[in-house]
Amino acid sequence: MALLELRHLTRRFGGIAAVDDVSLGIEAGEFFTLLGPSGCGKTTILRMVAGFDLPDGGAILLDGHSLADIPPEKRPLHTVFQSYALFPHLSVADNVGFPLRMARVPAAEARRRVADMLDTVHLADKADAYPHELSGGQKQRVALARGLVGKPRLLLLDEPLGALDHKLRSAMQSELIALQRNVGITFIFVTHSQPEALALSHRIAVMNAGRIEQLGTPAEIYGHPRNRFVADFIGDINLFDAEIVERAQGTLQFAVAGLGHIVAPTVDSPGRRGVFAIRPEQVHIIAADAPTELPNRFPGTLREFLYVGDVTTYQVELDSGVRIQALLPNAAPARPQLAAGARVAVAWAGDAGLFLHD
Amino acid sequence: MREARTGLWAAALLVYLFLYLPLAVVVVYSFNDSRLNAEWVGFTWRWYRVLLADEGMLHAAVNSILIALGASLVATVLGTMAGLAIHRYHLRVLPILVITPVAMPEILLGVSLLLFFIQVLHLTLGLVSVLIAHITFCVGFVAIVVRARLAGMDESIFEAARDLGATPWQVFRRVTLPLILPAVIAGALMSFTLSIDDFVITFFTAGVGVSTLPLQIYSMIKIAVTPEVNAVSTLLMLLTLAMILLAARFDRTVLRGRG
Ligand SMILES: Nc1ncnc2c1ncn2[C@@H]1O[C@H](COP(=O)(O)OP(=O)(O)OP(=O)(O)O)[C@@H](O)[C@H]1O
Ligand SMILES: [Mg+2]
Repeated sequence: MALLELRHLTRRFGGIAAVDDVSLGIEAGEFFTLLGPSGCGKTTILRMVAGFDLPDGGAILLDGHSLADIPPEKRPLHTVFQSYALFPHLSVADNVGFPLRMARVPAAEARRRVADMLDTVHLADKADAYPHELSGGQKQRVALARGLVGKPRLLLLDEPLGALDHKLRSAMQSELIALQRNVGITFIFVTHSQPEALALSHRIAVMNAGRIEQLGTPAEIYGHPRNRFVADFIGDINLFDAEIVERAQGTLQFAVAGLGHIVAPTVDSPGRRGVFAIRPEQVHIIAADAPTELPNRFPGTLREFLYVGDVTTYQVELDSGVRIQALLPNAAPARPQLAAGARVAVAWAGDAGLFLHD
Repeated sequence: MREARTGLWAAALLVYLFLYLPLAVVVVYSFNDSRLNAEWVGFTWRWYRVLLADEGMLHAAVNSILIALGASLVATVLGTMAGLAIHRYHLRVLPILVITPVAMPEILLGVSLLLFFIQVLHLTLGLVSVLIAHITFCVGFVAIVVRARLAGMDESIFEAARDLGATPWQVFRRVTLPLILPAVIAGALMSFTLSIDDFVITFFTAGVGVSTLPLQIYSMIKIAVTPEVNAVSTLLMLLTLAMILLAARFDRTVLRGRG
């Protein structure tokens, strides 16, 4: 049985559904992420699970029991707020000790657990500091320690890394993964950053306008987005309107707007319309006159390229006028030295890319 | 530009002189060894000694202090609750209802309270009616100061406390109260000073039997401004000043909120 189950959860604000018929189950020990653009209802879901907001429809079940009549302080879960919500009048140690005090844990044991927890988040030397004396990353770790110290069944994290700079954010991501594995507490993590979701989660629910568009592992979501929204939201991707024209040699021929015909995999039948999606890293750039056995090959002109350290992304304008993005690792031995304006060709394998319904 | 600024300074100086010169005169003459407030004769503590022997004055002082203590205590509790309620529930009427008595002309408040006590409550005017009247105008002050303190606060800390296992009462006891305490103390001190030097409202609601310091001073100057009046005024001034400074130490909004 799932630890937490949402059944047809719905919340409306003035007629508009902020959360619209969401159903999902989260297993014990899981690192589960709600991912979606701003305003898609992530915080609203967390607030209902924590008990600060009431659903207009549906149910929230913990261990199979409805949470409907249980006030926030009685729910065996804690929240890490985006704003950290540290108590300004309490020291770091007292902030972290707050949930233990509320649970009437004996003072000696509470002190020991607070000290252990501060060790875990590398803040043992800040025990007597006050929140206003801490940096953003330190506050964030105090909030995390405070959420974990009471050993809740479930920890809800609402964009806890949102306010951190890039470097600290990466460091905290690694720490979060390690922490979650060590303490074995189930995490529901909210973010609108897709790299973060992919890096941290066991499973991801991609949300849009209050609904779940796709639920799956990071590899499933990235490799097999279910529709245009998910494909577009997760990572960079080239999208072309397409129609399946005929079945040949086990794969399908597509008529792709602006490209002509291509070969690509799909389970759908001829006549179907949709989107052809291909990741930049699946698109090869080759010399204009180079031979290739790749079945999809289109000549074009290199318009722009963006060197971002580990990789370079290329914008190629095909002769038909369509633009396509390709990405090559800079460490690749055969990376062509190209200048803007160069004549090139793009090519990709017959089993690369996806056909998506709208 | 520079001239404009010099002009401003001069104007400010005049205003302050205008404000504080009369107060300074009162203080100075309270130490003057003469019955008349006419010329400086010499330094004396005499008028303070006279004051201590004046039973009517002592009685009024005790009344004033009792009323100020009672009014500030009750107004602080009610005002704190009002401030919290205004902050929590976004009802337009609530702040208006609480703060109006603060802005209302005192004479209006005095007259309406008088009518209310006599015609509606059939109350005999005395200490109790003065106490109720003082509570009425102090509540708003406390509410304003407490609310200002809450306004700058991150709402999510109260939810965080609930989330971490605190009942609503524990949230108040362990988080809300410690955070608003400076404002609550400042509000209490402000109420005390407002109550102890209130004249107009007290005048209407005191009836004949009781007197407070301001009423006593007024009845004395009807005859003449004696050095004794100067002495008691000086003491009252000192007390008020000390309270305001103390209140401002606890909460900076006090200095902005008054008047
Ligand atoms: N108390 C409220 N009253 C009215 N509308 C609300 C309220 N809370 C949320 N909403 C609306 O519900 C929708 C979802 O809000 P929510 O805060 O859940 O989004 P989110 O996914 O957390 O976004 P973000 O990434 O920006 O935090 C938004 O359109 C928001 O305007
Ligand atoms: Mg949010």
